[in-house]
Amino acid sequence: MATTERYVGSSVPRKEDAELVTGRGRYTDDMAIPGMLWMAVVRSPFGHARVKSVDVSKALGMDGVVAAFAGGDFDWAGPLLMAWPVTSDINNPPHFPLAKDKARYAGDGVAVVVAESRAAAVDAAESVHVDYEPLPAVVDMEAALAEGAPIVHDEFGTNRCYVWTNTNGDVDKVFAEAPVIVKERYRVQRQVPNAIEPRAILVEPNNATGQFTMWSSTQIPHVLRTAMALATGIPESKLRIVAPRVGGGFGSKLQVYPEEALALELSRRLGRPIKWTETRSEGYLATHHGRDQIQEMELAADEDGRIRGFRAKVLANMGAYLRIIAPGTPVLGAFLYCGAYTGEAYQIELTGVFTNTTPVDAYRGAGRPEATNAIERAIDALARRVGKDPVEIRRMNFMPPFTEATQSIGGLMIDSGNYPATLDKALELADYEQLRKEQQARRASGDVKQLGIGFSTYLENCGWGPSRIIGGVLQYAGGGWEAATIRCHPTGKVVVITGATPHGQGSETAFAQIAADELGVPIDDVEVLFGDTDVSPNGWDTYGSRGAAVGSPAVAMAARKVVAKARKIAAHELEVSEEDLTYESGRFTVKGAPDRAKTVPEIAFSAWTAHNLPDEVEPGLEESAFFDPGNLVFPYGAHICAVEVDTETGEVEVVKYVAVDDVGTIINPQLVEGQVVGGVVQGIAEALYEEAVYDENGQLVTSNMSNYAIPAAPEVPSIATGSHVTPSTTNDLGIKGVGETGTIASPPAVLNAVVDALSPLGVTEIERPATPENVWKAIRRAKGGAA
Amino acid sequence: MIPASFDYERADSVEHAIRLLGSRDDAKVLAGGHSLLPLMRFRLARPSLLVDIGRIGDLSYVREDGDKVAIGALTTHDAVNTSEALRELCPIVAHTAGEIGDPQVRHMGTIGGSVAHADPASDMPTVLVALEADLVIEGPSGSRTVMAGDFFKGLFTPDLAPNEVLTEIRVPNTAGRGWDYQKFHRRAQDWAIVGVAALDGESARVALTNMGDRPIRASGVEEALAGGADPTSAAVRAAEGTSPPSDPFGSAEYRQELAKVLVRRALERSMG
Repeated sequence: MATTERYVGSSVPRKEDAELVTGRGRYTDDMAIPGMLWMAVVRSPFGHARVKSVDVSKALGMDGVVAAFAGGDFDWAGPLLMAWPVTSDINNPPHFPLAKDKARYAGDGVAVVVAESRAAAVDAAESVHVDYEPLPAVVDMEAALAEGAPIVHDEFGTNRCYVWTNTNGDVDKVFAEAPVIVKERYRVQRQVPNAIEPRAILVEPNNATGQFTMWSSTQIPHVLRTAMALATGIPESKLRIVAPRVGGGFGSKLQVYPEEALALELSRRLGRPIKWTETRSEGYLATHHGRDQIQEMELAADEDGRIRGFRAKVLANMGAYLRIIAPGTPVLGAFLYCGAYTGEAYQIELTGVFTNTTPVDAYRGAGRPEATNAIERAIDALARRVGKDPVEIRRMNFMPPFTEATQSIGGLMIDSGNYPATLDKALELADYEQLRKEQQARRASGDVKQLGIGFSTYLENCGWGPSRIIGGVLQYAGGGWEAATIRCHPTGKVVVITGATPHGQGSETAFAQIAADELGVPIDDVEVLFGDTDVSPNGWDTYGSRGAAVGSPAVAMAARKVVAKARKIAAHELEVSEEDLTYESGRFTVKGAPDRAKTVPEIAFSAWTAHNLPDEVEPGLEESAFFDPGNLVFPYGAHICAVEVDTETGEVEVVKYVAVDDVGTIINPQLVEGQVVGGVVQGIAEALYEEAVYDENGQLVTSNMSNYAIPAAPEVPSIATGSHVTPSTTNDLGIKGVGETGTIASPPAVLNAVVDALSPLGVTEIERPATPENVWKAIRRAKGGAA
Repeated sequence: MIPASFDYERADSVEHAIRLLGSRDDAKVLAGGHSLLPLMRFRLARPSLLVDIGRIGDLSYVREDGDKVAIGALTTHDAVNTSEALRELCPIVAHTAGEIGDPQVRHMGTIGGSVAHADPASDMPTVLVALEADLVIEGPSGSRTVMAGDFFKGLFTPDLAPNEVLTEIRVPNTAGRGWDYQKFHRRAQDWAIVGVAALDGESARVALTNMGDRPIRASGVEEALAGGADPTSAAVRAAEGTSPPSDPFGSAEYRQELAKVLVRRALERSMG
C-alpha cells in the first residue's frame, strides 16, 4: 500500500521509544551467558608510580577466582588504536591495556582478575598486592611543560605531545597595525562525560570455530572490530562486535578501551565468556574525560570594533596516554577560533600536553565548545573595550549571508549560512529590549540579584567527514563515509541497515522517515537495523554529529538505487519503457494511463519470485550505498541566556534561555528540539556546575556523582528553541548536524551573561565553571579584595 | 561499587536489635540505608553485620507529648515533612525535612538514621541543636536522654555506644516563634554547603550546618542578639568559632563569608 504522506519534516514519534521508555531495551549489562566469568581490574591508586612487582597469589587462592594476571603477563599484538596522529613528529606512546612498569594516572590498570561472580572478582582484585614506588605527579599543563617537571613518558624527555599550527593571512602585520588588541586567557575545565549507562562488555568465544562475539556499550562497533584485531591479533573475520542498546555516550564511548581488549584476550585464554561492567566510580577514573584546555585568545580590531585578526595559543591536556582521537580533538575546533566572523588574518597554535591524569578525548562537541568559548567570550571583551553592545559587535563582524560554499578566514569552506537571521530571531524570542529594561531597573535599585544577558552566535563544523579531507590535511587514519543497505522483503516490508550506531539520538526514526518517503511505504513498515558488525558490516558509526548528516544521505542513496531497479521491473511488467513511467510516493504510473501502476511492495514481490524479470535484472530488491561527503557541514545559530546572579552568595540562576539554530533541512523537528535542549542543558552544566578536579598528587577529587556536580531537572530552566533553515550544500538532502550544537553554543552564552550581570561591579572575567564561589571570588577581586 | 561481604539480621524489636548489635564488635544499624549503604559501597564502611531495624513498626510516629513533640526514629523524612502536628507545633522540623535529598531519599531515609549518622553536612542535626531537642537512646541497661547539643561529638561521631539504638527525637513546641532554615546548595538534592537554622524568641537560637566537624551553635550571633543587635550586625559574627571544611563545593573561607550572609537572611526571615 503506497502512501502520499511525507514523513521528512514532521515530528514522527520516535520508533525506539516504546522499547526504551518502558524499560525493555536490552543493554549489555542485561545479558548473561552460561559459564560466564566476571572480570575486575586492579587500578593504581597513585597518579604516578613505578610498579615494582605485582603479586596475584593471594587472589588466586580465593573462592571463585579462576585467573589473575599482571600487565607483564600479556604479549599484545599491538597497542590500543590511536587513529589521529596530527603531526608527523608527534610523541605517540603505545598504550597497552595494562601498565607494566609504570602507572601514569590514578585508575591506570595494572592487573586483572577473573572470577565466577562479580563480587568474588571485586574482592579478589582488592587482594592483589602491588608494590608501588610513588613518583612525583604532574597534573597542571603549564607545570608539565616547565623545566624539571616529572615526565609522564620517560622516553620522550618532555611532556609536550605535539604542536599543531595553522596560519591564514599576515598575522604579524595585522596585529602590529591594529589599534585595538584584546588579549584574554581562559581555562576550559576538564569534565567527566557521565553517560547514564556505565560501560559494559561481554565476550563469548566459540571454541569450536575460533570466533568471538563481543557485546559492548560502545558508539563504534565497526572501528572497535578493527582495533580489537590489531590489539589481539584475532582476525577481523572472526570478530563480531555488537553494540546493543547503548545508554548515551557523548563521545565517551567513541573509544577503544583497555577493558575491551582484556575481556577479549581473557575469553581466548580461558575459553569462557567474560563479562565486565564498570562501576560509576570506576567510570570517573577510567572512562576518558573531556575538554581541559588553557587558551590565550587575541583579537586585533579597529577602533570601532571591526575585527581584523584572530590569534589563539592553546594548551590541550591529553592526560596520561593518547586515546583514539585525543590529539585531533582540539584540531576539530582549530578552524573555529574566528567564529562566524570575518577578518584578514588567523593563527592558531595547539600544544598537546601529557599529564598524570585520566586520558582526555572527545566529549560532546570535541574541540568546538572550546573554540567557541574563546571567540564568543573574547568578542564580548572586545565589545566592552570599544563600548559596543554585544549584539552590535557581532552584527558588524558577521560573514554576510551566503548560499554557496564560502571560505572563512579560519580556513573552512562553509556550506551555507545567514548569521544575522538567527540572531534577529533569537532577539525577538528573548524579548531583548525588555530584558535590558529589567536589567537597568535592577541596576538602578541596587538589587541583590542582578540580571545579566549573554550571547553566543556560534559556528561549528561537523558531519564527520569527507574521507579525502580528514585523511589528507587532517592526518586522520580512518574514513568518514557512511553505508546503508535497503532490503525490500517480498511482503513489502522494508529493512534499512545503517553503518551509523545510534545510541539515544533518535536516528532510527530519522532514517525510517527518509526511507519511507523515498520508497512510499508507511513508516511502520520500515525497520532500522544497526550496531552489529554481522548485520551491518560496513560503517563508521555515530559521533561528531554525523548520523543525520552522513548517515541519512547514504539511506537516501540506497533507497534511490532500489527505486531505480524497481523502475526497470515496473516498466517490464507494465510493458512500457522506463521513460514512460512517473514515480511518486512509491508508485510507478504509466504516463497518460493512471490506472496502470505498480507499487514498490508489488515489485518487491515480483523481484523475489523472479518469474518475469527483464533479462539484465537480477532477482531480489536490495541495494547498498556508500556516501562520502565532499565537505563537512556547518551548523550555526544564536543563543541568548539571561541569568540572575546573587551578588552576596555568587549563586547563578538561568532565568531565560533562547536557542535559534540553523541545522539545515530538518528531518524531524521534535528530534532536533530534543538534541538542542539536551545539548544546552549539558552546556549549562559546563558553564555553571561541572569540573573534574585533581589534587597535586594526581588524585581525582571529584570522583563520584556526589561531589562532581551534574545538575538535575530542578536546576534546569525551560529552553525556547527556534530555527532558521539554509540547506547545506554538502549533501543533496540539505542536512547539517545537530547533535552537538547545544553543547558548543551554550557555555559562553551563560558565562557572558554572568559577566554582564556583574559588569557594574567591575567584573570582566569569571573562572569556569561559574560556581557560587567562583562568582563570589570574581566580585571580590573586582572590589579590590584578595582572591 | 560493590560492598565488602557482610551478614544481615532483621530485628523484630528494639531489644532484639540491641542484642544483635551486642553480638559483634563491628555491627551497624541499618534503618533507611541512605547514609550507611553509600559508605559501604565505597568500602569506606565494612561492618561484618547489619542489623536492620527498618521493620520495627512502632518506631515510626509523630505525637504530641506534653510541651514536646515526640518523633519516632524510623519516621521517614517525608513523614516528618508532611506531619500536620509538626507543621503546627514545630514547623522548622517539618520544613527542613522537606529540604533533605530528593523525594526518593525522603521516602526511604529516616530522621533517626540521619541524626545517628552525625554528618555535619546534614540539615536535621543542626535544626535539633538549635531547638535544643532531646534524643532518647535505648541500650542494654535501659534508656537515657541526651541533649542534641551534646549528642554530636565530632565527624560521624554520635554519643552512641555500638549496642545502643536511637529511638526517639523530642522537640519543643515552637508554635508562635519565628523560624527559618537557610540551605545553600548547588543542586536540589545536595547536602548544604552551609545551612543556618534560626529560631526567634526571647532567647534566639542560631545553629550552623557544615561549619565544623558537627552541627554548631553560632554563639557569637546569639550573644549579639541577646545584647540587642539587629540581624545585620549580629550576622557579622556568624563565622566565629567555626572551622568549616574545604571541598569541591566551597573553600572554608567562602563558607565563612556565606554563613554571614545566610545568618542575616535567616534572622531577617525568622524575625519578619
